[in-house]
Amino acid sequence: MIAVGEQAPDFSLRDQDGEKVSLSDYRGRKVMLVFYPGDFSPVCGDQLSIYQEVKPEIEEKGVELVGISVDSFFAHKAFQEKLGIDTTLLSDFEPKGEVARAYGSYVEKMGFANRTLVLVDEDGKVAWTYESPNPGEFPGANVIFDALK
Amino acid sequence: MADLGSAPIPPVGPDDHVRGEGEEGLVVYADLGCPHCAGAWRRLQEEPGRLVFRHFPVASKHPRSPALHAAAEAAGRQGCFFEMADSLYADRGRVDDPHLWQRVERFGLDLERFEADRRSAEVEARIRRDFQTGIRAGVTGTPAIFDACTLVEVREREF
Repeated sequence: MIAVGEQAPDFSLRDQDGEKVSLSDYRGRKVMLVFYPGDFSPVCGDQLSIYQEVKPEIEEKGVELVGISVDSFFAHKAFQEKLGIDTTLLSDFEPKGEVARAYGSYVEKMGFANRTLVLVDEDGKVAWTYESPNPGEFPGANVIFDALK
Repeated sequence: MADLGSAPIPPVGPDDHVRGEGEEGLVVYADLGCPHCAGAWRRLQEEPGRLVFRHFPVASKHPRSPALHAAAEAAGRQGCFFEMADSLYADRGRVDDPHLWQRVERFGLDLERFEADRRSAEVEARIRRDFQTGIRAGVTGTPAIFDACTLVEVREREF
C-alpha cells in the first residue's frame, strides 16, 4: 500500500464517458480515490451507492470522490446508470490494473484492486489511506469523514 | 454541516419508531425499498423485546425508497407507522402513489394531511437524521441490525 506522505503516482485514465482524466487535473484540490474490485458486484454497488448518498457532504469538505476499477469505460457507464450515481469512475483497463498496482492496491491472485481509499491532498501527496481486510468488506462512509476531520 | 464521523448509534428516544414493550431489543436500520429488508422484516417480528425501526433509504439503489420512507413517516404522524411499513414490505409490487393512497384509505387516515406530511421538510429531515446516525455507526448495507449499540447482523457478501 502506498505510504502517507509519498507523491501520489500520476495517471491518465478514461472516465465513464471515455474522456481522459489525470490525477494532475485535481492539483490544488483534494481527491479521494476509491479503488474497488469491479462494476456490478453486490458489494461494489452498495459501496458506491452509500457514498453517493453522502457525496454532497464529502464535497462540502472540499473533496472530490473518484472511483477506479479494472473495468472498461463502457462498463463504468452502464454501472453508473444502473446505480443512478454521478461519481466519476475511471477505467484502469489497459494495462490492466496498472494504476492499482502503482498504489499497492492490486490483488494479483484475484485480478482486481482491493477495496482501498487514498486521499490525495492539494499538492498531489498521499494524505491518508485505508485498505479493507478483504474485498467483501468496504469502509463505511463514516471512515471517510473521520479522515477528513 | 452535519458531523458524519464515527459514533455509536444514538439511544432510543421518544420519537423513535418502537414496536413492542420493554427496554431491551433490536434496532434495525432498514430501507423500505430493499428486498433483503423485506425478507428480514417478518423474522424480526418474532424476536423478543422491542423492535426499533430507523430509516436508511439508499435512493441510488432503490429509487422509490425516499417516497416510501416519507409515506411511512407521514403515516406515523397519524399513528400508523408500522402498519404502513408492514404493508410496504408485504406487497412490494404495489408501491406507487395510488397504492399508497389505497393504504391510507384502508388505515382510515386523513389523506390530505398524509399528502402534506410526506412532502414536508420536517419529514425529510426526520428521515435524514436517522440515515445520518446509521452512516456514523458504519452501516454499509441493509438491513443492519443492532443489539444495544453493537452491530449484530449484516448481510454477508463475497465482493
